[in-house]
Amino acid sequence: MLVLLPSILLLAVFVYGFIGRTVYVSLTDWGNDPAQALATNPIIRWVGLANYQDLFTGFLQLRFRQELVNTIFFTLFFILGCLGLGLGLALILDRNPKGEGLWRTIFLFPMSLSFIVTGTIWRWMLQPQGGLNQFPTVLGLPAGSFGWLSSTGAIWKFDWNKLPLLTAGVVALVLVWVAVRAARAGDRTRTIVAGLCAALLLGWALFVGPNVKLLPAPEPHGFNLALIGIILAAVWQMSGYTMALYLAGLRGIPEELREAARVDGANDFGMYRHVIFPLLAPITLSAMIILGHISLKIFDLVYAMAGPDNTYTSVPALNMYLTSFRQNQFALGAAIGTILLILVAFVIVPYLSSAFRGEEGHA
Amino acid sequence: MKKALLIAAALAVTSTAAAAGRLEIFSWWSGDEGPALDALVKLYKQKYPSVNVVNATVAGGAGTNAKAVLKTRMLGGTPPDSFQVHAGQELIGTWVVANRMEDLSSLFKSEGWNKALPQDVIDLISSKGGIWSVPVNVHRSNVMWYNPAKLKAWGVTPPKTWTEFLTTCSKLKAKGVTAPLVVGENWTQQHLWENVMIGTLGPQGWKDLWAGKLKFTDPRVLQGFTNFGKVMDCANKDASGLSWQQASDRIADGTSAFNIMGDWAAGYFTTTKKLKPNTGFGWTTTPGTSGTFVMLADSFGLPKGAKDRAEAINWLKLLGSRAGQDTFNPLKGSIAARTDSDLSKYNTYSKSAAADWKKNKIVGSMVHGAVAPESFTSAFGAIIDQFVASKNAQGAAAAAQQLADRAGIGK
Repeated sequence: MLVLLPSILLLAVFVYGFIGRTVYVSLTDWGNDPAQALATNPIIRWVGLANYQDLFTGFLQLRFRQELVNTIFFTLFFILGCLGLGLGLALILDRNPKGEGLWRTIFLFPMSLSFIVTGTIWRWMLQPQGGLNQFPTVLGLPAGSFGWLSSTGAIWKFDWNKLPLLTAGVVALVLVWVAVRAARAGDRTRTIVAGLCAALLLGWALFVGPNVKLLPAPEPHGFNLALIGIILAAVWQMSGYTMALYLAGLRGIPEELREAARVDGANDFGMYRHVIFPLLAPITLSAMIILGHISLKIFDLVYAMAGPDNTYTSVPALNMYLTSFRQNQFALGAAIGTILLILVAFVIVPYLSSAFRGEEGHA
Repeated sequence: MKKALLIAAALAVTSTAAAAGRLEIFSWWSGDEGPALDALVKLYKQKYPSVNVVNATVAGGAGTNAKAVLKTRMLGGTPPDSFQVHAGQELIGTWVVANRMEDLSSLFKSEGWNKALPQDVIDLISSKGGIWSVPVNVHRSNVMWYNPAKLKAWGVTPPKTWTEFLTTCSKLKAKGVTAPLVVGENWTQQHLWENVMIGTLGPQGWKDLWAGKLKFTDPRVLQGFTNFGKVMDCANKDASGLSWQQASDRIADGTSAFNIMGDWAAGYFTTTKKLKPNTGFGWTTTPGTSGTFVMLADSFGLPKGAKDRAEAINWLKLLGSRAGQDTFNPLKGSIAARTDSDLSKYNTYSKSAAADWKKNKIVGSMVHGAVAPESFTSAFGAIIDQFVASKNAQGAAAAAQQLADRAGIGK
């Protein structure tokens, strides 16, 4: 205990203390008045959740809302890309090709770079006239014209005013699924509770939700095409890591299992489908957790590739930096930081709790 | 033993040097701009040889990194003796309102700068009855660059108003120029916005806008937004991927006809691209702004609680002097803020700018921190992005007005 004390104290002050301080600042108006922001003894008033309300419904905070949407799409495609590419590479390497060690090193190399370096290199490759767009000219075709980082187009647009409706709908569907599963398992109380909640939410979404207006005017947000360039670079950087994870997992599957499957008459596809992939599921989960939190807090890659002032590719972490340290709006910046913390907690906490439960189970 | 003595002697020497005076100057001038600062420091050392000058430079374009470091030091209670800042609201809106700068009015009076500098500039760097910084140099931001040979081949002349610009633009489009105007990343679009706005409102309207006398929602400002939208229709679609240098390249290679950028582009064209003024590249004031000089300036201020106040004041005196400005500016590629500078030291472009500086109406640039505080400028980029996507002038103007209220403009 005595040995651990210093680190517990340091953690308490520099992690939890500062988290608490940030949350506190986010509930004040520090910096909303420029004359008070940097004064020697600033007057700071408690304003409750006003900063959060401003972020989600304020007229000026459109950029933040687009960034939240960007983050969701970025996280989705980044994780899918890394898992898909990593698994593919691992499956190929698992078949012991010639020079396997060399390939493994090559695929893992991008991970040794920092995101700033990756971002700079990819910015050169994706610049409007040159790089990837010039690639077709090697084959004698006309140069491409896709704005990898500079496109201002967006697809899959939805109105921000529909957000409560969409959220309620999605949660209700999840609850319905939980209820159906519980019913199949024969757990009656669970079925009833989940079913009731789902019905309530669905009812709200159908009858009350459409009348809720967050903003006076419709505000479309969608998947900005300029994000594709950043997703490419991020997948390039991190897929080597998932490959290494999957390869370790594949090597960890005992040869006897595969032999047994073959004896039972499984072909290659069947073996992967029913034996190997289920065994890789825990690895997929931990990879998703790690990639998920990287993508939620990503900052340096976007800064290096598209610059801090490009709202089409911006992410909340970047906005937090600009708001706090360029506009001196410390309270608003702290609110963005707190929202990021909550998002990351959504990803990390279920993982941590399952890990702790696992440990207790073993002990 | 001998060694210990030597070390003791060395320590003694350094400590006496420190006792004789020390001056820490904080700036973001490095790389290309480093030699100009070095020349100034050399001049200072000639006058005050016993002072140990510490050059605390934090590299990074337009001071993006330096400003963060400065903030840490100011809030931590160890301000540098004198620091670089864009003259005007960037200093006033951040540090003067927080009551952390010293008033330099008496210095301006004793050095006679009130007469050496144009009155418009004094107005820009003053607020609440004080004058807050010493401008070292002046850059012009309302310059339109073009490629003379290409314009001749296309049969057009540089337009004088924004309406004329739009006609020229459609003429060029008919001749197969897809993007007659080239713009780059977000801040260069804000730069273009302010030029369209000044060209639409005129210098007085622009001043009123930042004094809070003219609202963003005024029909004249709305007209400026609408004009800006039409001008952006003449521009390239891959803007946000281009730096200002890459945008200038498209003038040099003749892909686009016009580019609107500050006069640092002159240095880029002559030094980096090895082009001759008036043949390789041409320039004129941006449409609607002839007779107006949109300025931005680097300046130095004196923070409260500076450790070496006397040395810092000597430094400021040097910066404001004719000798100091004429040493610094030819190397930096800018012109002197004083109107009595020795023009023989400057290049072709700078001479034409210096001549305008003396006789034009002077207004400050928003995007380069002269008329709006940082809290406005850095959030305004999102409004421009939004406007370029939606072309909704009403919405953009309403958002800009709300932002201006929040930033305390016109208070």
